Amino acid sequence: MLLALRQPQLLGLGLLWCTGYAQADWATNMREGVTAVSQSIYNLHMTIFWICVVIGIIVFGVMFWSMLMHRKSRGAKPATFHENTLVEIIWTTIPFLILVFMAIPASKTLIEAYNADEAEIDIKITGYQWKWKYDYLNEKIGYFSNLSTPRDEINNLKPKNANYLLEVDEPVVVPVNKKVRFLITSADVIHSWWVPELAVKKDAIPGFINEAWTKIEKPGTYRGQCTELCGKDHGFMPIVIEAKSEEDYQLWLASKQEQAEKEKELTSKEWTMDELMTRGEKVYNTTCAVCHQPNGEGMPPVFPALKGSTLITTGDVKNHIDIIVNGKQGTAMQAFGKQLSEVDIAAVTTYERNAWGNNKGDMVTPQDIVKFNEAAQ
Amino acid sequence: MSAVLEGHTTDHHHGPAKGLWRWVLTTNHKDIGTLYLWFSFAMFLFGGTLAFVIRAELFQPGLQIVEPNFFNQMTTMHGLVMVFGAVMPAFVGLANWLVPMMIGAPDMAMPRMNNWSFWILPFAFAMLSSTLLMDGGGPNFGWTFYAPLSTTYAPPSTVLFILSIHMMGISSIMGAINIIATVLNLRAPGMTLMKMPLFVWTWLITAFLLIAVMPVLAGVVTMMLMDISFGTSFFSAAGGGDPVLFQHVFWFFGHPEVYIMILPAFGVVSAIIPAFARKPLFGYTSMVYATASIAFLSFIVWAHHMFTVGMPITGELYFMYATMLIAVPTGVKVFNWITTMFKGSLTFETPMLFATAFVILFTIGGFSGLMLAIAPADFQYHDTYFVVAHFHYVLVPGAIFGIMAGIYYWLPKWTGHMYDETMGKVHFWLSFIGMNLAFFPMHFTGLAGMPRRIPDYALQFANFNMLSSVGAFLFGFTQLLFLFIVIKCIIGGKKASAKPWEGAEGLEWMLPSPAPYHTFTTPPEVK
Repeated sequence: MLLALRQPQLLGLGLLWCTGYAQADWATNMREGVTAVSQSIYNLHMTIFWICVVIGIIVFGVMFWSMLMHRKSRGAKPATFHENTLVEIIWTTIPFLILVFMAIPASKTLIEAYNADEAEIDIKITGYQWKWKYDYLNEKIGYFSNLSTPRDEINNLKPKNANYLLEVDEPVVVPVNKKVRFLITSADVIHSWWVPELAVKKDAIPGFINEAWTKIEKPGTYRGQCTELCGKDHGFMPIVIEAKSEEDYQLWLASKQEQAEKEKELTSKEWTMDELMTRGEKVYNTTCAVCHQPNGEGMPPVFPALKGSTLITTGDVKNHIDIIVNGKQGTAMQAFGKQLSEVDIAAVTTYERNAWGNNKGDMVTPQDIVKFNEAAQ
Repeated sequence: MSAVLEGHTTDHHHGPAKGLWRWVLTTNHKDIGTLYLWFSFAMFLFGGTLAFVIRAELFQPGLQIVEPNFFNQMTTMHGLVMVFGAVMPAFVGLANWLVPMMIGAPDMAMPRMNNWSFWILPFAFAMLSSTLLMDGGGPNFGWTFYAPLSTTYAPPSTVLFILSIHMMGISSIMGAINIIATVLNLRAPGMTLMKMPLFVWTWLITAFLLIAVMPVLAGVVTMMLMDISFGTSFFSAAGGGDPVLFQHVFWFFGHPEVYIMILPAFGVVSAIIPAFARKPLFGYTSMVYATASIAFLSFIVWAHHMFTVGMPITGELYFMYATMLIAVPTGVKVFNWITTMFKGSLTFETPMLFATAFVILFTIGGFSGLMLAIAPADFQYHDTYFVVAHFHYVLVPGAIFGIMAGIYYWLPKWTGHMYDETMGKVHFWLSFIGMNLAFFPMHFTGLAGMPRRIPDYALQFANFNMLSSVGAFLFGFTQLLFLFIVIKCIIGGKKASAKPWEGAEGLEWMLPSPAPYHTFTTPPEVK
């Protein structure tokens, strides 16, 4: 019974399914979450839920009583009453008072959820079609977070893992017990950043910055999804947030900064064709394949094929780089110059020119991209 | 008007014309009502087929049947077709049939405009549906078509979508003007406003809502058209605009729109419950005032659809309080219906079954609506399946059960035959079970964290999604039975008397069944 009280919907379903099983795949209720705000929201949710249940029992009770007892087949004779001002006033006033009673805790929770002052860490979150970018404003690191579920699992070619569609290559990492402020925006359409365990849901709106905050009490990995329809792969841009202890967070930060340094050095390194192709394939599969497909055949007419594309096979390499760096106006092709490093752009350009039978045989190095960018300025 | 002056002797010259042209050229409110209802049913089946595609894809996790982009087109078209093609025309159809008969008028005030407002619709929907076959596909940005997904990032067919929305809007506005003109000018002597049946009242108020908000919808799609084709930046920050402006304008239309879809159903149920309780409607006056209050409140709560867009906290608080207030007049209506049943002499023929289910299930939809009004809790509910469950509970057992209850209730008057009661009851129970199986589990998947409008989902949502799909297919196929029952009733069946329901009240029951082609050419006297 205790469990049933905590998971009220089970009252109705309890006859059908045992409660233990219900915990896993038959989850029926909002999660309490791991922050003070998420817990007060959960309590609000349960309070209003129980108020509705009580009102429901009374109202439907009277209704079912009439339906059973006042049937013509039972010989019920109709009464003739048809109005009573006092009754009308009573059932206008009582609901109103219940609402006032509800509005007080709701307002308190809302005010609490809206107070993003005195945050210790600022993370800028940018929604892209169809991935998230996290920039740690004071720590000077930033990276993209892509869905890491293999296409084969989505296409039912391989069994699905436990975190199917809720896993990413690079999670956003925060320390526990510190107030983290999120500055949320978008680079294209409206997205919405939601992690149920934090009770943070805020729209990412292009050209505007929204604010939200969290203070996680329990270390762990929490998963969420984009909740505003944002185009084709709206269902495929999850959010994973890892809450670590302060020391682990500092270690992660240091390794991330070191990694960023190394990436920078890579730009001046001498690259071989094989190295570029290997890296290019990886970049292609995380960044380009959702639209242009892993086999380069695209999904015409919206997403053109790259395999045998005249742009690549007969066009100038400059045009090819230009489209990747600056995108193509009026189409779904984004400007990747701001999203990818010089190394990645060089690698993916090389890959596209030499994969799937586009055997151009030429090679684009990170230095070429640097030169391209300088010429453009 | 000569028919009125010449009286009964010339009636036989004024029967319906023969053949197809009867339907194309008709200005008769009953014919136009019939056209609206059949069109609405066709759209209901079309929109249902789109829902089948959605539920088939969501039957299991993984991508099985359709591409994500096509899935988005299905959710978008399902919403648009059901809202603008199925629910709204069905109510206009009921209004056409019933409003003149209920107020003792010979026809609608503007019969030729009536014809036109119907005949725009098939063209609007033909155009809208044709976009599915075009290069780049049809609208894929949800029925709420938020910018900039519906402008900068939209498929080329969006301009046709905009044009079809304009046509639907023109049709609705003309329909609304016609109803207002009819109700205000053509009431029989003695039929004062406060004697009008509630169906007439709710439609009068709905018509005012339509006139107020359909131009706003036209405005917002025009702004989209300007952004797409003429280089303006209403909804683009890059040019000084604001994507959130779109949502404010859209929901200023959109929230009254949801009441446009439910108020006439309130009217239908307020006619049926007293009839089968054999007891007058409790609190007629408070029902009228409650309807008017709901309509007024519907204009000042729109941004509760936007609690997560980052409004200032004062805005959040205001819209939360205002939205919670709607529970008061809505509660009054529910209490009045139940008190009408209390100490009645109840029987449960098919119309009453649908009306009773309406009261129960609409109230459940009202409860989830109240939960959604709590702004901080909405941060967890917003854009999840909880919202999908909520609005399907107010629209399917709300609007659609209301329409079906009305059709069963007045079908004997329209056709002159009784429908098959046993089959009607089977239709009700299968619909009831299918609908609850489809939409109740969505509360759970939503609370557990499943976002709406996704073609594929995490494994923890799999069980309830499978149940929802089974329920949806049951509900959908059951509607073919409804089609069969209606056709059977039109063709033949037990003769219906002028007043087939013992407790029915109203002028329409003074007319013979089936109602003659022209009725009340001489206005009746209302005491």
